Amino acid sequence: MPKHVLNPNKWIDLYVDYLFNYTISRVNNRDIAQDLVQETFLAGLKSMKNFKGEATERTWLISILKRKIIDYYRKINSNKGKAEVRITSNNDSETEGDWLQNRVADPFDKTAEDTLQNEELGDAIYNCLSKLPKKQADIFRMKTIEGIETEDICNELEITPSNLWVIIHRARTAMALCLKENWF
Amino acid sequence: MKMKLKVMMPCSEAAHICDKSQYNESSVWEKIKLYTHILYCLTCRNYVKANKRLSLLIKKSQVTCLDKKNKESLKMNFQKALKHNEIK
Repeated sequence: MPKHVLNPNKWIDLYVDYLFNYTISRVNNRDIAQDLVQETFLAGLKSMKNFKGEATERTWLISILKRKIIDYYRKINSNKGKAEVRITSNNDSETEGDWLQNRVADPFDKTAEDTLQNEELGDAIYNCLSKLPKKQADIFRMKTIEGIETEDICNELEITPSNLWVIIHRARTAMALCLKENWF
Repeated sequence: MKMKLKVMMPCSEAAHICDKSQYNESSVWEKIKLYTHILYCLTCRNYVKANKRLSLLIKKSQVTCLDKKNKESLKMNFQKALKHNEIK
C-alpha cells in the first residue's frame, strides 16, 4: 500500500466542503462550523509531523475535526450551571402545566432519527462528490447545492450553457450510480 | 403552412430535458415530450427514475457548503499560516 503524504496546499480546495458539511450537521451553526473547520486546518498544519501516513489525508483531517467538535461541546457546557440536564417538553397548550403529561414522548417527533440519517446521507453525498473529476464536482456543487443560476455559472467559468448541461449530465449519472452503490 | 408538432425526439434530448427539470428549468411542452418519450424508452425511464431519486436524496440530506466569500477568507487565513509555518 502506498504511503499517504500530506499536501496542505490543496487542503482547502479538496476538503473544505466535506469538512464544513460534516461540521454543520453536528453543530448546527454556520459561523461556529466555519471556525471549527478553520481551526482544524490550522491544527492539521501544526501537527503535520505527527502524521504517520497510515490513513488518507481526509480521514486524518476528519479525526482532528471530531476532536474539535467534542472540544467545542465541552467548552459550552463547562460553564458552571450549564451542565444541567435540559428537560424539553411538548409545548402543547392543552397539556400546559401538567407535568406528567408533558414528559410523555411525543409520538410525532421522529426528528432525531431523521437527522441522524440525514447526517450520514450528507456524508455519503460528499463522498461520492469527491470521487468525481474536479470540474464536474465543482459545477455540480454550484448548480445543485449552492443553487446558482445557470447563467451565472457560465459567466464565471466561461463555458457555454450546453457545455454546462453536458457536465451536469455526466455528474448526475455518476452521482446516481455512486449513491445507488453506497446508499440504500 | 401547417406546423407539425414534433413529439418524438432522440434520447440525448430526453436526458437533457430530464436534467433541466431537476432544476425546474423545463417548459410544459418539454415535459410532455419527455413523458411521451419514456413511455416507449426503457433506458430513459430508468434514467429519469435515478435522476429524480438523486434530487430527492440531495433535498432530503440538506447538504450545504461554504459560500464563496467565506471560503476565500478561510483560504487567505490558511495561506498566511502556511507561509508562517514554512519560515519557521
